[in-house]
Amino acid sequence: MSAVLQNLVNQPYKHGFVTDIESDVAPKGLDESTIRMISAKKNEPEWLLEFRLKSYQAWLKMEEPTWANVHYPKIDLQAISYYAAPKQKPKLNSMDEVDPELLRTFEKLGVPLHERMALAGVAVDVVFDSVSVATTYKAKLAEVGIIFCSMSEAVLEHPELVQKYLGTVVPTGDNFYAALNSAVFTDGSFCYIPKGVKCPMELSTYFRINTEETGQFERTLIIAEEGASVSYLEGCTAPAFSSNQLHAAVVELVALDNADIKYSTVQNWYAGDENGVGGVYNFVTKRGLAKGVNSRISWTQVETGSAITWKYPSVILRGDNSVGEFYSVAVTNHLQQADTGTKMIHIGKNTRSTIVSKGISAGRSNNSYRGLVRIAPPAAGARNYSQCDSMLIGDQSGANTFPYIQVRNNTAQVEHEASTSKIGEDQLFYFAQRGVDAEAAVSMIINGFCKDVFKQLPMEFAVEATQLLGLKLEGSVG
Amino acid sequence: MIYQDSKTILEVRGLSATVNGIEILKGLDFTIKSGEVHAIMGPNGSGKSTFAKVLAGHTAYEVTAGSVLFEGKNLFELAPEERARAGVFLAFQYPIEIPGVANSQFLRLSYNTVQAQRGKEELDPLEFDDFVREKMKLLEMSPDFLDRSVNEGFSGGEKKRNEILQMALLDPRLAILDETDSGLDIDALRIVSQGVNQLANKDNAIVLVTHYQRLLNYIVPDFVHVMEAGRIIKTGDKDLALELESRGYDWVGAEHQATMATV
Repeated sequence: MSAVLQNLVNQPYKHGFVTDIESDVAPKGLDESTIRMISAKKNEPEWLLEFRLKSYQAWLKMEEPTWANVHYPKIDLQAISYYAAPKQKPKLNSMDEVDPELLRTFEKLGVPLHERMALAGVAVDVVFDSVSVATTYKAKLAEVGIIFCSMSEAVLEHPELVQKYLGTVVPTGDNFYAALNSAVFTDGSFCYIPKGVKCPMELSTYFRINTEETGQFERTLIIAEEGASVSYLEGCTAPAFSSNQLHAAVVELVALDNADIKYSTVQNWYAGDENGVGGVYNFVTKRGLAKGVNSRISWTQVETGSAITWKYPSVILRGDNSVGEFYSVAVTNHLQQADTGTKMIHIGKNTRSTIVSKGISAGRSNNSYRGLVRIAPPAAGARNYSQCDSMLIGDQSGANTFPYIQVRNNTAQVEHEASTSKIGEDQLFYFAQRGVDAEAAVSMIINGFCKDVFKQLPMEFAVEATQLLGLKLEGSVG
Repeated sequence: MIYQDSKTILEVRGLSATVNGIEILKGLDFTIKSGEVHAIMGPNGSGKSTFAKVLAGHTAYEVTAGSVLFEGKNLFELAPEERARAGVFLAFQYPIEIPGVANSQFLRLSYNTVQAQRGKEELDPLEFDDFVREKMKLLEMSPDFLDRSVNEGFSGGEKKRNEILQMALLDPRLAILDETDSGLDIDALRIVSQGVNQLANKDNAIVLVTHYQRLLNYIVPDFVHVMEAGRIIKTGDKDLALELESRGYDWVGAEHQATMATV
C-alpha cells in the first residue's frame, strides 16, 4: 500500500472523548439479581420482569455463535457492567433541565438537542449509556398521535402496546445476543405511528456509550399501523477506550397493511486503534416484520465503526405483495472485522426484496457480506434481486461474500450479482495527472461506489455519511 | 510551429530512470519550446512511454540521474498532481476505467482543481455542463459521454477522444500524447488529430509519442526524434518520419553506432 493511501485511511477517531459526568454504574457481572435490579430501577411492571427472567433462563442454555467470519478472544460477560446512567433529575420537562455537560457532549457530537438548534426539524431521542436522556419534538408529534419516546417511558405509559409487540419479531430465545439483550436491555427508542398517519418529520435516535466497561443493550421497537409511514435514523458513537465494549442491541419493526418503515443507521462506534486495541463489539439483531399486505420495510445502513460488527438487518415478508429492502455500505479499516448482511424471508405471495451491499476494506481489515434469501413454499411469484460489491483498498485487506439462497417455490425469481474491485495505484495516478490529489480521488471513487446506497439515506444524513466515509478512509490510499 | 520569440517549455538533460531496478532511460536529452510539436518515434522498448510517465511523475519509475526543467523550474520537486496543475498533461496510452464515477463529475473536479490552482474561476455543474459540451463538439463526442462512468466500457477510440477532451479542458502548457493514435480507425484518427491541431498554439508545446508515421500526416511535427535504448539518437524534420516509414529503424541505430565509433 502506498504512503498516500496509508495516510488517507488513518485519520484519528473524532468522537473518542469521554464525558466527565457523575454516573450511577451497577457492579460488574450478571445474574438474576442484576436483572431484578435493572427492572426495579425502571419501576417495571411484573410482566416485563418475567419477560427478562425467561430470556435469561433461555440465554443460560445458549452458546455464543461462532459461525461468523470474525475472530476475537472470548468475551467475559461477567466482567462488564449492565447498567450505567448519568446522575440527574429523574424526569425532564424541558431541554433546559438536561445536565449542561450532557448537552455539551451532544453538541460536540453534532447532535442538536436544543429544539431551537434542531436544523432540519428532526426529532431526536438520545440514549447515553443505559438510559434515554432526552427526546425532542415529542409534543409536536403527539398532536398527530405519534408516540416517540424512550423504551423505559413507553413501558410505563403505553404498556399495552409494548406488551403486544415486544419480542414478537425477535423472540427472546432467537439467538445468544438477542436473548442476552432481552434479559438486560436498559433503554432505547419506542415509536408508534397510528393508522393512516404519515410521520411529518424524520425520527432519530442517537446512541452514545460513555462509561468504560459497560455494555449497551438497547431495545428499539417501531410499529406502523395500517397505512402509516415513518422514516427513522439512528447514529452511534463511543469514546476511545483501550478495553472493548459490548453493544448488543435488538431492534424490532412491525409494519401492518400498507404501512411503510424506513430505518437508516449511521454506525460510527469506536473501532479500536490501528493495532486493533479497544473498540466496540457490535452484535446486533435487527429484524422487521412486513406483516400486512403491501407493507414495506427498508433498511439502510452505513457501518463504519466498531472493532467487530455482526449484524443482519432482516425482513420477514409475511404480507402478500410486501416489500423488503436492504441497502448497506460497510467500511472496515486497520484490524476491523465486519460480518454483515441481511435475511429476506419470503412467505407472502408476490413479495419482493432488494439487497444492495457495498463493502469497502482497507488496512488489514476483513469485510464479509453474509445474506440469506429464503423463498418459503407459499411465496408464489416472489422475487429477489441481490447485488454485492466489494472494494479493496491496498493489498492487505480481505473481502468475502457468503450468499445463501433457499427457494421452495418454483414460481420465484432470484437474481444474485457480485463484483470485487480495487482502488489501484494506476487509478490514483490518473486522477493525479489531472490535478486531483489522492484524498479527493479516493473520496470520489468511494462515493461513486456507494451512491446506490447513499441515495437511500435522508438528505442530511447522506451528507454526513459521505463526510464520515471521507474521514474514515483518509490515509488508506497509499 | 517554430516561432522566433518562443520560450523553452521543457529542458531535459542526461535523464536516466529505472523501473523495478531495470534502467530504461539512459542519459536522455530533449528540449521543446513553446509553439512546437515534436514527435518521438522508436522501436518497442526504446523507452518512449517511460519518458512520458517519468515526466508525469508515475511512482513506479525512479529517476536516477539528470535534470528536467519545466518552464525553468525543477520538475522533480513537484508531486504528480502539482505537475498537472502547473500545466503538464499526459494523454494516456491506456486510459484507466473508473467505475461508478460519472465522467462529468470527474472532468469538473479536474477542471476546477486546476482552475483554482491557476487563480481562475471555477464552474458550478450547470456552467460546466455548457462549457464541456462546447469542447466536446470539437471531438465530435456525443453528450452521453458525460453520464457514463469514466472510460468504463468506452471503445479504444472513445477513450482517446476522452483524453483529448481533457487536454482541451485543462489547457496545458506541455501536452504529451502517448500513442494516442494506437487503436484508432481512420475517422477517429482524423477527429482526434483535428482536435489536437486546434488546441496547439504559440504558447504551448506538444510531444507526440508514436510508432507510426500516419499520425504525422494529420499533426505535422516540427521535429522528429528517434529513440533507442533509452536515449534520442537522431533528430530531423517531418521527412525523417517518412524515411523511417519506408526504411524501418535499424539503419538509424547503425548510423548512430558508426558516428559514435568515429567520435
